[in-house]
Amino acid sequence: MDDGLRLTDLRILRGAAPMLELDLHVPPAAIVSLMGPSGVGKSTLLAAITGQLSADFTLSGDIQLNGRHLRPLPAQLRRVGILYQDHLLFPHLSVGGNLAFGLSPEAPRKQRRARVEAALHDIGLDGYHDRDPETLSGGQKARVAMMRMLLSNPDLLLLDEPFSRLDKTLRDQMRQLVFAFARDRDLPVLLVTHDAEDAQAAGGPVIQLTQISR
Amino acid sequence: MRLPPALPLLTILALLGPVAAGLWGTFSAGFGHFPVAGLNGPSLAPFQTLWAWPGLQTSVRLSLATGILATVVSLAITVLLLAGWTGTRPFRALLRMLSPLLSVPHAAAAFGLLFLIQPSGWLVRAVSPWLSGWDRPPDVLLVQDPLGLALMIGLVVKEVPFLLLISLAALGQIDSTGRMQVATALGYGRIRGWILGVFPALYARIRLPVYVVLAYSMSVVDVAVILGPNTPPSLSVQIVRWMAEPDLVQRTTASAAAILQLGLVVLALLLWRGAEQMIAITARRIAYSGARGQREAGLRVIGLSFGTLSVGAVLAGLAGLLVWSFAARWSFPDVLPDGLSLRNWQRNGPAAWQTLGTTFVIALAATLSGLVLTLGCLETEERHHWRLTEKGLWLLYLPLLIPQTAFLPGMQTLLLQIGVDRTLWAVVLAHMVFVLPYLRLSLEGPYKAWDARQGTIAAAMGASANRIFFRLRLPILLAPLLTAFAVGMAVSVGQYLPTLLVGGGRVQTLTTEAVALAAGGDRRAIGVYGLLQTAAALLPFMMAVFLPPLVWRNRKGLQHG
Repeated sequence: MDDGLRLTDLRILRGAAPMLELDLHVPPAAIVSLMGPSGVGKSTLLAAITGQLSADFTLSGDIQLNGRHLRPLPAQLRRVGILYQDHLLFPHLSVGGNLAFGLSPEAPRKQRRARVEAALHDIGLDGYHDRDPETLSGGQKARVAMMRMLLSNPDLLLLDEPFSRLDKTLRDQMRQLVFAFARDRDLPVLLVTHDAEDAQAAGGPVIQLTQISR
Repeated sequence: MRLPPALPLLTILALLGPVAAGLWGTFSAGFGHFPVAGLNGPSLAPFQTLWAWPGLQTSVRLSLATGILATVVSLAITVLLLAGWTGTRPFRALLRMLSPLLSVPHAAAAFGLLFLIQPSGWLVRAVSPWLSGWDRPPDVLLVQDPLGLALMIGLVVKEVPFLLLISLAALGQIDSTGRMQVATALGYGRIRGWILGVFPALYARIRLPVYVVLAYSMSVVDVAVILGPNTPPSLSVQIVRWMAEPDLVQRTTASAAAILQLGLVVLALLLWRGAEQMIAITARRIAYSGARGQREAGLRVIGLSFGTLSVGAVLAGLAGLLVWSFAARWSFPDVLPDGLSLRNWQRNGPAAWQTLGTTFVIALAATLSGLVLTLGCLETEERHHWRLTEKGLWLLYLPLLIPQTAFLPGMQTLLLQIGVDRTLWAVVLAHMVFVLPYLRLSLEGPYKAWDARQGTIAAAMGASANRIFFRLRLPILLAPLLTAFAVGMAVSVGQYLPTLLVGGGRVQTLTTEAVALAAGGDRRAIGVYGLLQTAAALLPFMMAVFLPPLVWRNRKGLQHG
């Protein structure tokens, strides 16, 4: 059932204090933007969805992805892809090695190299397979990080201010690239951002998170 | 006042002088030049004697096997613990034990382990006679086994805390959290993700300490005397036996063996280096295959079990020392003695007390002068804007990488020739060689971490560089200084071979006395000496923990950590 992401009665407490309450549906191929002041719990919400919430927080409610309940699953089985503002490429692997690290293990051994080369072609980095990621420009690194995550075949895309480190022209290109790839794959996308332009470019609904007053 | 570069020079001299002189002494005696014994070389006679020794093959095999195996096992436990449990509650509980465990001297930990696993030890008692049917200690080789397994375990329980602490310090510098977030989001299991994504960067930073563990494990003497096999023993123990022979000519045999020991360590390091590269290639291949490693609960359990076992073994061993030191009659299958008494302490107390004094004097002298040199270096380097380079780091580690048994025999033969061996000050100098690297390693981070703008402000108010150093920097650094002091004291208290060889039997510390008791097997006396030894190493640590909050009780900014 390709239903996208559904958050039902989701509630996060920091210690005993309520932090965030949310009901949300992100259908496939839709992009929902979350905005709000820092400290309101945007990154915490993403951590709750990826399954990497720290023990300081308590979570209640339901998280469903294409009909699967995520909360009982460990992080690595949730098929939730996330991009951070730091590219976080592994410096000890080559560019191709980073992509292969992401490429789903279902791709058989003999086809992996070809799949990685094709992915490099898709992001305009033909011939970069054996390059040291440190030698790439900021924009190239961001594209590799995005492709690495897409190659793992996620069911959902979370974007944690992934464009904020890029300069303006690169930011536009990168946005279009990410959004296009997500639509091609019918992925639901949840974008967390400070930048109104991000939300505008996403073209989907924008949700303003506000501090819960007590 | 500009500090003269004399202090760094002096430090390098104190650090490497004894090593260089010792190696020179070892090589000349090993090649038959030893005037004190009337030998004027060069000759190959020492090596011919060495080759003719029937135990050579076994002792070489023992050194290589126990050293390499102990290092592999220690590193594997460290990796499984870090990969499988970082950030969890059991992991934090283990962490709290690490610093005290690290300061427990090797010899005390080895005795504790001996009291646990020997045929009449606690483990056998616990299952006898109800389960095992033994009503007397079984006649099996549980310790001093010919394969050196007990020796290996004795090394592992001490090296795991060392590698864990070193790794934890390095993990903060490589964004391990971010790396794990990525690996997890891509679907990797904890251990697989950590090993493929975090470990390569970590290993690059702990490589030298791992080499130290390897070199140390291959050439250790005190642990091998206590837990290792006897006939023949590992090469290092045999070197010390030859050094102790009244016939001075045997020292040339010892020196030849010391050269062989050095060669073995170099060989093992080269092998290790080769293995590193092969493992790196394999790991990259596995990373490329994309296999996610999602079923690894078993590995996690193994990691935590072995980690807990190794911590538990040291703690239970120390408890064993404690009980034995107070034991009245304690016959075999009983788990506890018939009664407790102060007799052992009364009998061993006076002599042990005096030895404790000597131990402290040596440790204090080595640590305090080491601190002066280290701080002098750090401050001079900063005023001249020098940085510790990769090469400098190797220099620092060199005394820890060259096996003690390779240069201490030479140092002794040299001191013997100029007639100043067997003095307290010679022992202090020898201890400083091992104390200095640890002082530098523990002060390096905190010293560089201070906010240089505070110095600029003080200078703008007219404070001289020296005034800034003494009135600002040292007080602010009180906590790390005390920690470094504690580390230095623990290193010195735990030294066995430098005291034994350079002191020539005339200078006795708790460690040399305790190890000397190993042959006699008086467990009550061993308990007393082992406990005092542990206390002497732990006391400075307690001070480092409790003093700073007391001194700075009204200064919130200085109370962290």
